[in-house]
Amino acid sequence: MSNSVMKRILVLRILVLTCSALLLGGCASSGNPKDPIEGFNRAMYGFNEALDTAAIKPVAKGYDAILPSPIKSGVSNFFGNVDDVFIGVNNLLQGKGITAASDLGRFVVNSTVGIFGLFDFASKIGLEKHDEDFGQTFGRWGIGPGAYVVVPFFGPRNVRDTVGLALDVKADPVAHITKVRARNTLLVTRVISDRAQMLPADKVIEAAALDKYAYIRDGYLQRRRNLVYDGEPPREKENF
Amino acid sequence: MNLKGNLMKSLPGLMLGLMFVLGLNVGILTPAHAEETAPDLLIKNVTSEVLDIVRKDKDIQSGNHRKAIDLVEAKVLPHFNFTHMTQLAVALNWKQASAAQQKVLVDEFRTLLVRTYSKALTEYKNQTIDFKPFKMQAGETDVKVRTQIEQSGAKPIGLDYYLEKLPQGWKVYDIEVAGVSLVINYRGEFTSEVRKGGIDGLIAALQAKNKSSEGAVAKKSSP
Repeated sequence: MSNSVMKRILVLRILVLTCSALLLGGCASSGNPKDPIEGFNRAMYGFNEALDTAAIKPVAKGYDAILPSPIKSGVSNFFGNVDDVFIGVNNLLQGKGITAASDLGRFVVNSTVGIFGLFDFASKIGLEKHDEDFGQTFGRWGIGPGAYVVVPFFGPRNVRDTVGLALDVKADPVAHITKVRARNTLLVTRVISDRAQMLPADKVIEAAALDKYAYIRDGYLQRRRNLVYDGEPPREKENF
Repeated sequence: MNLKGNLMKSLPGLMLGLMFVLGLNVGILTPAHAEETAPDLLIKNVTSEVLDIVRKDKDIQSGNHRKAIDLVEAKVLPHFNFTHMTQLAVALNWKQASAAQQKVLVDEFRTLLVRTYSKALTEYKNQTIDFKPFKMQAGETDVKVRTQIEQSGAKPIGLDYYLEKLPQGWKVYDIEVAGVSLVINYRGEFTSEVRKGGIDGLIAALQAKNKSSEGAVAKKSSP
């Protein structure tokens, strides 16, 4: 069985597991309307944390300590460039043609002048980097977020973004590289590069959170709402 | 897209934003001047001055949390309205609390926020701040000042300050990092603490948290 088929089956299983947990919901409720399956979510959060502590974080720390900044920037820019096409497609699906054109422009500029995406030259000439995915596209189309759910391996999502995630994985250009070794190397490097960028955040979250699970959950929900509105959400700030 | 993808996109922003929150500083402004200083100028002045201090301070850069806390307490605190921040975080339960309980809540929340912000300051690298154009209508008393954190190799991160005009001058009552309000983010946690143990339960949880991080600060700062 090929690696990509196995990966698809794994993703499918995770999603089926997640959906059944959602249906079983209610029973683990602790009263937060945004997090009806908190019991399940806390268990999955614990699993993801354990995996991170044991395998991902130590490697990310090594990566961060050993490599000089320009190399780390190059790696992060490279994956960002691959993402820009995908971001452009989502902007197009959201009816933002001009923004989509700018994303594709970024890809063309950075793939050439930016030497295969290693340098983000496009930002320097005023083509701003955007952040889009299928979950945001669904949100733009008017689909509500649904309950919070922690997906094994992938981390915080809501129901809408879990469905979006399935499409994100399917549309991920890196996952479609046919040379298995090159693809796996790239997938692992991307996880490590992303994780390394988050290392300083760990300590601050430790300092900030009474309950780390809830702090990350509420941050995620706020962030996604903000992204769906492209940074201009209707104000939710009442006084008491 | 990959492991923890979305979490990763949001959390570095949170962290970096926290660093720059510390950028607030009394600086050269006397209280009399502060009253007249426009909100955007206030943010600009204090951000520049605190970052200058951090850039020169090797202790803070190498993780001296105690020293960072002292800087925040001396320079940043006067520009925040902690009572308003605590109200926003405690939300509907605020009215349940007695005046005495409200005072304790504000004190403990202030300690927690200062610890967090100063921790973020010790993580400062070489980011710079870009100040967005600011417009204010005459007579406005509630404004949003937008800034952006620029760093090489990563998407810029929005860092927005909400300020209100009080008799003592403009005061910050909320900060949003990449669209995440650092104050509103506590609502879920606070609500569930109140549900479990009432207002006193929330106070106890905050005190326990502050006590445990006090230990960490002391340990970290000792030679």
